[in-house]
Amino acid sequence: MEIVCPAGTPASLRAAVTAGAHTVYCGFADETNARNFPGLNFDRAEMRDGIAFAHDRGTKVLIAINTFPRAGDETPWHRAVADAESCGADAVILADLGLLDHAARNHPRLRRHLSVQAAAANADAVNFYAESFGVKRVVLPRVLSVQEIAAINAETEVETEVFVYGGLCVMAEGRCSLSSYATGRSPNMNGVCSPASHVEYHDENGVLDARLGGYTIHRVQKDEPAPYPTLCKGCFSAGEKTGHLFEDPVSLNAEQLIPQLQKAGVTALKIEGRQRSRSYVAQVVGNFRAAVDALEAGRPMPEGMLARLSEGQAMTTGAYKKTWR
Amino acid sequence: MECPLSHPIPQIPQFPVALAALLRAVPLAPLSVSLTAVSRSIARRHPGLFRRLGPYSQTVFVLDPTDLPLVILLDPNDGVPRVTLARGRGEGAARIAGPLAALLGLVHGAFDGDALFFSRDLVIEGDTSAALALRNAVDDAELDLSLEISRFCGPMKGPLQRVIMLLERHCGVSLTRAAEGAIR
Repeated sequence: MEIVCPAGTPASLRAAVTAGAHTVYCGFADETNARNFPGLNFDRAEMRDGIAFAHDRGTKVLIAINTFPRAGDETPWHRAVADAESCGADAVILADLGLLDHAARNHPRLRRHLSVQAAAANADAVNFYAESFGVKRVVLPRVLSVQEIAAINAETEVETEVFVYGGLCVMAEGRCSLSSYATGRSPNMNGVCSPASHVEYHDENGVLDARLGGYTIHRVQKDEPAPYPTLCKGCFSAGEKTGHLFEDPVSLNAEQLIPQLQKAGVTALKIEGRQRSRSYVAQVVGNFRAAVDALEAGRPMPEGMLARLSEGQAMTTGAYKKTWR
Repeated sequence: MECPLSHPIPQIPQFPVALAALLRAVPLAPLSVSLTAVSRSIARRHPGLFRRLGPYSQTVFVLDPTDLPLVILLDPNDGVPRVTLARGRGEGAARIAGPLAALLGLVHGAFDGDALFFSRDLVIEGDTSAALALRNAVDDAELDLSLEISRFCGPMKGPLQRVIMLLERHCGVSLTRAAEGAIR
């Protein structure tokens, strides 16, 4: 199985390639990619150099251009697709119907993958994107069970890629606007969920408040793990109840489900975390590469060491096992 | 299905209390001048670091090694940085606080910033966006502070580096750039 690894910077790209990534995904330093964070991403020269570095070592590079263009202002997105092709990308990861159509018409030799931001969650949707825009691979949303993924693969020839590690988005991706209610900015249009410009932490005598757009999303006591102030994982009071309404602050880890995902017909395993450091990339990629190599050699799956890298220092198999609420 | 933390977080080494006490008596101005010279050398050798700061290239950062009796004020100053050591909390737009070993580990790529934040070993206050930009820019620069400092040591460069590596092995603090596979 193919391991698809994140790279937020050229240093992370080199770390991912060195750690054994089959494929790396990254994005340009602008609003065309859904990880438009300060200090991250690639300018055109860095992208060209990064792709050359990866190709020299047999690693593929995918470029995520997976936000939704503004009507009447499509030029940055069109330029990003053209530059991805000229930089030598192995594929682009797109979400928007109009941009997929543009890429298919103007860059037919550039392989197209469907971003998770398109939220294609059934075989009909997957086949529509393949037939209409020549999409070769679909990144499935993190809301499907292994059985549901197997059912989709049984009804399509399109390759499927699923998330196995990292931040757990529990919403219909590409449709979630929760972040914009608190900040005016969303991952879909601006490339940022819980943008750092609206995040504040206040640590008073060890009690940490995590705020987003002025709203306190979490309060944790001394020595409790710190969370990101992400609305879908926030602690809310409703009536007389207080708790995590949608999901706890945890990270996805489906490492032990890799054999089942392989049986379900999945082609590629995606690791989330373009906003994380090269240290994270090296550790997670090395871990998953060892797991996939063990699977292919018929050895037992190695036990992971990734808990301390996880949000809330806790992990979940998310929807894959459907014990998740 | 949630699972508990199955592997403990490695303990971050603390700066020796006795040595920290000695630092209270050390005059900070000459150290500030030396660190400014090192930072400008880094800026010349790693211009991408300051380019990545983007809109925060004139933002003053407070780097607070919580086990030392001083803070480091870093003013990127559009690629001609100034470093000032100060007593007390210092003033800046963003504060990144944690044990010296954690801050050095971040610079050298030995630690993941988010993991240190989750475990409460690192505290971020003030302008989170600026702090994030600095963290990402430093992570991409792949700095080796021992190498950067020893450039100023002329013929003593080799012996100094050997001492640093010995010290690193002895105290478990990341004093050089983490080698692939040695990342924690």
